[in-house]
Amino acid sequence: MTVAESQTLTFECETGNYHTFCPISCVAWLYQKIEDSFFLVIGTKTCGYFLQNAMGVMIFAEPRYAMAELEEGDISAQLNDYEELKRLCTQIKRDRNPSVIVWIGTCTTEIIKMDLEGLAPKLESEIGIPIVVARANGLDYAFTQGEDTVLAAMANRCPDKAPVTETAKNDANAIQKLLNFGKKKEEVAQEESEYKDHPPLVLFGSLPDPVVTQLTLELKKQGIKVSGWLPAKRFTELPTIEEGYYVCGVNPFLSRTASTLMRRRKCKLIGAPFPIGPDGSRAWIEKICSVFGITPVGLEEREAKIWENLEEYVKLIRGKSVFFMGDNLLEISLARFLVRCGMTVPEIGIPYMDKRYQAAELAMLEKTCIEMGVPLPRIVEKPDNYNQVQRIYELKPDLVITGMAHANPLEARGINTKWSVEFTFAQIHGFSNARDILELVTRPLRRNNNLKDLGWDKLVKEM
Amino acid sequence: MKLAYWMYAGPAHIGTLRIASSFKNVHAIMHAPLGDDYFNVMRSMLERDRNFTPVTASIVDRNVLARGSQEKVVDNITRKDTEEHPDLIILTPTCTSSILQEDLANFVERAQIDAKCDVMLADVNHYRVNELQAGDRTLQQVVQFYIEKARKKGELPQGKTEKPSVNIIGISTLGFHNQHDCTELKRLMGDLGIEVNAVIPEGASVQELKNLPRAWFNLCPYRELGLMTAKYLEEQFGTPYVDITPMGVVETARCIRKIQQIVNAQGADVNYEDFINNQTLYVSQAAWFSRSIDCQNLTGKKAVVFGDSTHAAAMTKILAREMGIHVVWAGTYCKYDAEWFQTEVSEYCDEVIITEDHGQIGDAIARVEPSAIFGTQMERHVGKRLDIPCGVIAAPIHIQNFPIGYKPFMGYEGTNQITDLIYNSFTLGMEDHLLEIFGGHDTKEVITKGISAESDLSWTKDGLAELNKIPGFVRGKVKRNTEKFARERRIQEISAEVLYAAKEAVGA
Repeated sequence: MTVAESQTLTFECETGNYHTFCPISCVAWLYQKIEDSFFLVIGTKTCGYFLQNAMGVMIFAEPRYAMAELEEGDISAQLNDYEELKRLCTQIKRDRNPSVIVWIGTCTTEIIKMDLEGLAPKLESEIGIPIVVARANGLDYAFTQGEDTVLAAMANRCPDKAPVTETAKNDANAIQKLLNFGKKKEEVAQEESEYKDHPPLVLFGSLPDPVVTQLTLELKKQGIKVSGWLPAKRFTELPTIEEGYYVCGVNPFLSRTASTLMRRRKCKLIGAPFPIGPDGSRAWIEKICSVFGITPVGLEEREAKIWENLEEYVKLIRGKSVFFMGDNLLEISLARFLVRCGMTVPEIGIPYMDKRYQAAELAMLEKTCIEMGVPLPRIVEKPDNYNQVQRIYELKPDLVITGMAHANPLEARGINTKWSVEFTFAQIHGFSNARDILELVTRPLRRNNNLKDLGWDKLVKEM
Repeated sequence: MKLAYWMYAGPAHIGTLRIASSFKNVHAIMHAPLGDDYFNVMRSMLERDRNFTPVTASIVDRNVLARGSQEKVVDNITRKDTEEHPDLIILTPTCTSSILQEDLANFVERAQIDAKCDVMLADVNHYRVNELQAGDRTLQQVVQFYIEKARKKGELPQGKTEKPSVNIIGISTLGFHNQHDCTELKRLMGDLGIEVNAVIPEGASVQELKNLPRAWFNLCPYRELGLMTAKYLEEQFGTPYVDITPMGVVETARCIRKIQQIVNAQGADVNYEDFINNQTLYVSQAAWFSRSIDCQNLTGKKAVVFGDSTHAAAMTKILAREMGIHVVWAGTYCKYDAEWFQTEVSEYCDEVIITEDHGQIGDAIARVEPSAIFGTQMERHVGKRLDIPCGVIAAPIHIQNFPIGYKPFMGYEGTNQITDLIYNSFTLGMEDHLLEIFGGHDTKEVITKGISAESDLSWTKDGLAELNKIPGFVRGKVKRNTEKFARERRIQEISAEVLYAAKEAVGA
């Protein structure tokens, strides 16, 4: 009877006393992704201190981000916000000349109610650089949700009319065309024919360029053309989004971006599991195909082949248990993949659970658990780290995926841990990167296997 | 508003948390939004702490913004009290909470009614003080709290310890080499026949604080942390304090002489001169080093120094006074303590720079082109960019500045460590320079297979003799370059002439 009970996912909500990164950390990967951008975080020393410590050595590479550090005069409104921001943005324009300045609003700007959305358009027209405002603050969001706020703001900046057509462009570039002996046109025509006829598809979510290429090619194999990515490599290359376009997310934390695309840009959202793990990648492609009425080819073989190559890693974790403390919203997808690998998951902590945006992923998790014959995990939204640690002591999971604040203390108590933030920065999407996920997941187990006979498991004295 | 990429000293609450988490069984609760508990990551990673950092947050979210924290903070305090049974909970405001202007003092009072532990509100203003000042203040606040508590209960012990004794004040978590300094200072006190009455805050229990007045004197090794406490104890109990940082041979001796004067004034009869003499001349290697020819080679070499007041001042004096190195400028980011720094170092360097702007420091380094830099991690990166070696002497620091091996900066072993640090920085610079003269950094073309310099070419007697005159550490490189030169020109035998021709060819 307990089996029957555990056949539906349970959702709980705790106190929200958990450790995660501040959402302003998104500047660290977004400034690298969007090459002509400049991120200005409008906040205090606390924000700056977090960024400089969390980003480690990256800070020394002359980053295209900076703090607009608020001083007492700003807080008490003795200084004029508009004049202050104008002074700093003019300086940024002079020194770096970016194509866009992204203002990251913080807790402080929320509390003192600095009207960033109101100031931006005025300043934008005055200095001639687009200013995008994202409120990525710790009052409302956790870690990766920072990217969501930035992309949601950027979604409004995507051009809404397709640029001049291919032939018109060719005419304008007549000389270039001559130089190319018309060769290019042939190639383009040939390329076009490889795609099936379907409405334009734009994908959203910031991924490293190699992963973008991999996923784009993966869809190309099914005859699906990716018209654009939000974000693109450069702000000036943001994709066109017209009413009626299809959009699909690649990451589980992009619910605001998804709703902006649906409501403001009138796009149709393809709700699919996320392309994490070979199972997720296949389901993601199949879902897109099914929406476009395309019969996917070769996916089953492709997935089987990947699993075959993963066996060496899967062997290490089959039958083991993993506990997600929760801090980056990738938890559901990762848990689903690990269950498919043969692991059991007693608990999935997650900062925020959008059951609508993640619906397909949740359904797939449920299905996977049933197929693998393992109990369904309890999903704990806004977890309480203290309670979780007590549960970890009780459950003694084989692996805990957690933030850096808890990793060393848990290791010292003989519990294997994997630092969760690595999943955010590693390349984990698509068929070919499944190996990287397992490389991360198995690393503590492999390391501790090596040390197993030394008797060094518990390195704290019992109280 | 200020455009800032990097800062030397952290925000105020970090200072408070460093004090709270240094004590045993003290818990800090931050009144902060989600994500502000980054301190736990730093402590867990940098210090590789095996225990959970005793810091949690009472989260400020939308609801708090709209309706105030109400019961939340009080509940979080009493909850932590029952979960962990700490001796003290310090409610820590952050920059966010300080603009909310909630009555945190009132929460503390209410929580105190239910909680078994003591509850205290850290008294720091986020927009006026930085990490270092806040740490100093919090330590003083905690000490005052427990002294007054003991006094009220009549539990304050009377009189001094029988033998001369000391409180070492200012050792804290995430402090630069603090653990090692602490061990070294305890050893030094042992050698001087002085009992260590207490070390605070690191590893101390708040229950012990009432015993602080029993010490004959207080030692404040760090300028940034502990002075407020020492001054408070002096004002309350007349306990004298020594604020001379025992870093470097001369300053260590000065610190010991001051201790001698203080304990003798209280009736002891000690003379440390022989000890100082013996340590200086025969035990510590630093004095001997400054006499050796290695150090002679450093004479007049240019260096710049930047860091917190304590370390930058001490390093400047060591470089200039003990090694004859030319300190072009010395600087600190402790702007609030500029006057002290100025008087300490002005006779040992050409220029004093007081700034929190790392860009200004980077420019000042580029302008001077020193042979070595002694600074923080930021200056190390500037050095990398400019190809100038850097010894790290102060926070902000990375994980590699929390070494597992014993590396104090203070006391006599500290002088040895500092000597190595300085000498290694300069030698590396020199080596680099020689490599440059004798033909660049990287040999990109393969000359012979394998790394060994054995080859089919023969060297004449005078050629070999010349080769052997070249300093050992670049000899292999010079040999390879010369042989490459010879091979290209089909020269079979390498003479001294060929060697110099090769050197010229490379130089051209």
